[in-house]
Amino acid sequence: MAETMVKAPAEVSFIDEVCSIPGGEALRSCIQCGMCTGSCPTATRWDYPPRQAIAMVRAGLREELLSSNSMWFCASCYTCTVRCPRDIKPTDIMHALEVLAIRGGLSTKRSRTPIMYKCFVDSAKGNGRVYELGMMLKLFLKTNPFAALKLAPVGLGLLLHRRLPLKPSRIKAVGELKAILDKARALGGAQ
Amino acid sequence: MKYYSYFPGCSAEAAASPLGLSVPPVAKQLDMDLVEIEDWNCCGSSPYGSVDKLEATCMAARNLALAEKTGLDLVTPCSNCFVVLHQADTHLKELPRLRQQVSEALAAAGLDYKGGVRVRHLAEVLYSDITPEAIGAKVTKPLKGLRAAPYYGCQLVRPDGFDDPESPHSLDELVASLGADVVSWELKAHCCGSSLIMPEQEVALGLVNKLLRNAQENGAQCLVTPCPLCQINLDAYQSQVNSRFKTNYNLPVLFLTQLIGVALGIKPSVLGLSRNIVSPARILAPYL
Repeated sequence: MAETMVKAPAEVSFIDEVCSIPGGEALRSCIQCGMCTGSCPTATRWDYPPRQAIAMVRAGLREELLSSNSMWFCASCYTCTVRCPRDIKPTDIMHALEVLAIRGGLSTKRSRTPIMYKCFVDSAKGNGRVYELGMMLKLFLKTNPFAALKLAPVGLGLLLHRRLPLKPSRIKAVGELKAILDKARALGGAQ
Repeated sequence: MKYYSYFPGCSAEAAASPLGLSVPPVAKQLDMDLVEIEDWNCCGSSPYGSVDKLEATCMAARNLALAEKTGLDLVTPCSNCFVVLHQADTHLKELPRLRQQVSEALAAAGLDYKGGVRVRHLAEVLYSDITPEAIGAKVTKPLKGLRAAPYYGCQLVRPDGFDDPESPHSLDELVASLGADVVSWELKAHCCGSSLIMPEQEVALGLVNKLLRNAQENGAQCLVTPCPLCQINLDAYQSQVNSRFKTNYNLPVLFLTQLIGVALGIKPSVLGLSRNIVSPARILAPYL
């Protein structure tokens, strides 16, 4: 089985790079039937819908695809994955493309999803658990503070129903978790 | 008594607190002993895996290592935690290089994961281990006449679910065991937009609108779901859907464990029913 977490040297082709990520192995056997695109609940919003995105990986259109908004609209519903007649896992491939886009500094500014994901990771790393309110505020500050106003009723509803704690939950072993993640980074995982 | 190690997940403590509140009393009544994993951390959730796969797998693996010490199956009520922890476990078994890297990283905190944990979703445990029949036998307040639409969402049944990935039936059976009228509806395993609700609200609200419309058109008085993200999107954002699409939904969205709790005669206060944004008070009044 293909191996994982290798930083792609320049000479590695785009398809090899994607195939080397867990779940990406079967990409070469795609028959371009379009089942993934037809099954995708958000496909109309993608610059390049799933079938086309997979074709672009095979055609080596790395920068064009990684800087598009495509994979950022994947909601991880896995409908394409369970329907694919070639057992390709398009959902996992989209996650792999997201990793490559962030690693390569190519992630688009036309979607707020990459920024939200980074806010999510900061929150999970810092406290060991995700702090929803902090993550939401950070996301809006980094993207569009005015959008926060539109969402205020939702936040207020959650707050009034005691579903939006004002303080983060923090694990005791924050230091140990940091040691694990530092080690992972040192081992040459994603940057 | 059946024993499990319990992984609540971050949202069960916060935006999905009615879930976090309702699981323990229901489990107790069903003779399940859920031993919460000590000092568990974020599962390494989908957004994390889209930023850094190795770190995300390490987050998951720390939880798996902690659960392994108990020797029990790991049970989580969160569909995304289930998929993430399950996939991490599978990848660690299938990909030797990843396993090597993760075990070196875990060793930095004196931990080790040998691959001995079975990751399970609470809804699957209720269905397979406890069974609808046994739950039905414990019902003291049958939900007769309540038209409830079981909403599976995605990650309970895809990609590694225990039920049919597109036409599942397990929740239908669980809800039926409570005496409720199970609403049959086409979109019961369609996507709610998950975390896109934050960065791409427009897209997610459109999906939520379709779900609410389909459930309502089929006569549902409420939806029932085990998934925290689905519940938040359908409940907390229902007013946003109403103002965006000029609709007037007033559909309570209950957690599966809340509905089971009501049927088992558990006090509403410990089930977190007052924390649901769209109040279920009116439709549940006959059974409380």
